[in-house]
Amino acid sequence: MATVLSDAGEMTVGEMTVAATKGLWLSAEDAARATGWTLKPEGMCQAELCVPLPATAVQGDRVDVAAFWQLLNRPVVRDTAGETWVLGAGADERNNALAGLIAPDFTLPDLAGVPHTLSALRGNKVFLSTWASW
Amino acid sequence: MPVWQQLFDSLKSEKFMIVAVAEESRGAEHARQWIEQADAKYWCLIDTDHRVADLYGMVNVPQAVWMDETGRIVRPPETAGSTDHFRLMDRTTRTLAPEHQAARQDARTAYLAAVREWVLTGQFALPSDAARRMLPRITPEIALARAHFRLGVWLRRHGNTGEGDAHLAEASRLHPDSWNIWRQAADLDEVGKASGEAFWLRVQALGDRPYYPPPDLPRSVV
Repeated sequence: MATVLSDAGEMTVGEMTVAATKGLWLSAEDAARATGWTLKPEGMCQAELCVPLPATAVQGDRVDVAAFWQLLNRPVVRDTAGETWVLGAGADERNNALAGLIAPDFTLPDLAGVPHTLSALRGNKVFLSTWASW
Repeated sequence: MPVWQQLFDSLKSEKFMIVAVAEESRGAEHARQWIEQADAKYWCLIDTDHRVADLYGMVNVPQAVWMDETGRIVRPPETAGSTDHFRLMDRTTRTLAPEHQAARQDARTAYLAAVREWVLTGQFALPSDAARRMLPRITPEIALARAHFRLGVWLRRHGNTGEGDAHLAEASRLHPDSWNIWRQAADLDEVGKASGEAFWLRVQALGDRPYYPPPDLPRSVV
C-alpha cells in the first residue's frame, strides 16, 4: 500500500513491486485514479491525448506512474520507504493556468471543517487574501 | 483580520466576498483564536498544504488577489496592506518610531481604501495584458519545491519529523524567495521560531530588496 498526494487530493493505492525496478508501479485502475490518465495500448491517455510509454514503464496492466509523471515534466517526490509519493504540478501547468487569468479553483475547509469552493462565489467580486499565525 | 471585517461590513450591500486563507500547516486550531477574535463573517479557510500559495504563486503573507464577478483575476498576488516598516523596529524594546507607525498605518489605510474603491466603482482592476505582466513566473525549481513541501508537511503530520524536515529544507533551498515555505517550516519546528533570530538574519540578508514589495496602487486613494 502507498499514499499518493496530487492536485486531486490524497489517496491510498495498492503499490506493486516489479522485480528490481524502482518506481510507483500501480494497476491501471489505481493509475487512473491517481493521475486522471488511462492506460491504453498506445500509452497513457487523457481525452484525445495519448503519451507513449517506454517499455521500461509498463508491464502488462501495470504502469510505473512515477516514470510517466516525469515524462510529463512534472515533479515526483517520495519518502525513503517509498510509501508516500507526491505527484506534483508542473511549472507549465501552473503558468498556463494563471496566464488564462481565470482564478484557479480550490476547495478548503473552514474552522468547523465545512468545505468551501472558490468558484461558488461567481457573481461576486472576491478579495482572496492569505495570512498566517506564524 | 478585524480590518477586513470592517471592510466587509462597509460593503455589505455590494456583491462582494472576502476569502481569508490561513496558510497554517499546524492546522485549524492555530488559526482559531484570530478568526474568532475578529468575529469574521466572511470566509475563513484553513490551508494546511499551502495550496493557495501553490496555485497562485504566492511567496508571503499577507498577499491578495482580486477577482471580478466572472472569476477573472484583475489583480494578481501582491502585498495586502503590509509594509517594511517592521524592519526599522527597535528589537530590544520592540517599538517603532511614531512617524514609522504613522506611515505604516497610512499605507494600510490606502490599500483598504483601494479595495473599497474597486468594489464600488471597478477602479484599479487591471486590463488583461497588465494583469498578465504582474503574474508570478513559476519555474521548474518552484514546482519541485512545492512537491517537497507537500511531502514534508505530510510526513511531519504523520510523525516522521526527521524526514519531513529534510523535505521542507529542500523546498526552501529550491524556492528561497518563498517566506511562506521557510517560515512555515520554522514554525513547525517550534512555535515562535518563524519570527526568531534566524528570521531576522534572513530579513537583513535582503539588503535593499523589500520583504513586502509595495503594491502598484496610488498611495492615497481617499
